[in-house]
Amino acid sequence: MQRGLDSETKKQLEEEEKKIISEEHWYLDLPELKEKESFIIEEQSFLLCEDLLYGRMSFRGFNPEVEKLMLQMNAKHKAEEVEDETVELDVSDEEMARRYETLVGTIGKKFARKRDHANYEEDENGDITPIKAKKMFLKPQD
Amino acid sequence: MAEPASVAAESLAGSRARAARTVLGQVVLPGEELLLPEQEDAEGPGGAVERPLSLNARACSRVRVVCGPGLRRCGDRLLVTKCGRLRHKEPGSGSGGGVYWVDSQQKRYVPVKGDHVIGIVTAKSGDIFKVDVGGSEPASLSYLSFEGATKRNRPNVGDLIYGQFVVANKDMEPEMVCIDSCGRANGMGVIGQDGLLFKVTLGLIRKLLAPDCEIIQEVGKLYPLEIVFGMNGRIWVKAKTIQQTLILANILEACEHMTSDQRKQIFSRLAES
Repeated sequence: MQRGLDSETKKQLEEEEKKIISEEHWYLDLPELKEKESFIIEEQSFLLCEDLLYGRMSFRGFNPEVEKLMLQMNAKHKAEEVEDETVELDVSDEEMARRYETLVGTIGKKFARKRDHANYEEDENGDITPIKAKKMFLKPQD
Repeated sequence: MAEPASVAAESLAGSRARAARTVLGQVVLPGEELLLPEQEDAEGPGGAVERPLSLNARACSRVRVVCGPGLRRCGDRLLVTKCGRLRHKEPGSGSGGGVYWVDSQQKRYVPVKGDHVIGIVTAKSGDIFKVDVGGSEPASLSYLSFEGATKRNRPNVGDLIYGQFVVANKDMEPEMVCIDSCGRANGMGVIGQDGLLFKVTLGLIRKLLAPDCEIIQEVGKLYPLEIVFGMNGRIWVKAKTIQQTLILANILEACEHMTSDQRKQIFSRLAES
């Protein structure tokens, strides 16, 4: 004895229910409107219109930070590159090179084995300069 | 009395819209409609002017035009909403059309997104400060929108703030911040001690901030000083002594109505003393 409905009748019932529900949905009965592309954009800001300078200003060294900012912001705005680089070096290039030379030796000594310590000689000044020639395997010439 | 008014109204209503190009630099009144360059040919006197044949394949595509302050979009035309001179700026690179705007004068500031303004902190409420910027409502400024914001590092009620608007439209309360999109201050935040804050018209601020402004260049040669301009018509100045500060404030207020000769006289007198 079958209780319930057949699968077919079930399907039919479902479809009918769906139809009823979708027909009850509201929709606008208007013809299709083509959206007009607007070529005019509205902006209320003066920033686009006029090239205005940055609002904070300082003259004759009253506020050095603001003067630096002035250069930065106005240069960004005009997209000009600052030609004269007035970057003051704390340490000159030559001194840097000298330090690096000895630095390589000091660090290298840290990782060298006992046998290699002989390679690192000490200068008169106490600077450690590594000897460049290391003992490599020399292929015997026939 | 009614006759001349009605005649004027008729003439205004009956006149055809003028081409924006022909009106550049002239005074325009609210209610006028302006035609953009592409529409001029279509509206020209019937039959008299031959339309130039354009062999350009993309003749139908129009250039995007930006209508700035004082103008509104009205269909395909521009509608003037403020009285002043019509200005135009050519596009710098690429996207065409340029910007049209009306150079008008007013004292009352309306918050605009992106503007840098000077505000006065009036109240603390919850997580935000209420800042008076001269608009219809006080703007809100969050505790966290400062570079390096901490519990100790906060403005107090009565401080001056230099910040920019992040939200500013007619439907919502304006919101301002003191950092840029990368999180850096870029000169915004609490403005230092001392100094003098005074109010001028909005047009003067724009005139003083123009790239080739002579007034600022001359002022900068007088003595060491610091100035902050807010687009809401407020200027803050500071110099070493009170007298110098006051002189500076008077110059900036008065220079709006002086001719360049009078200004040069005053500056030369100051330089002598």
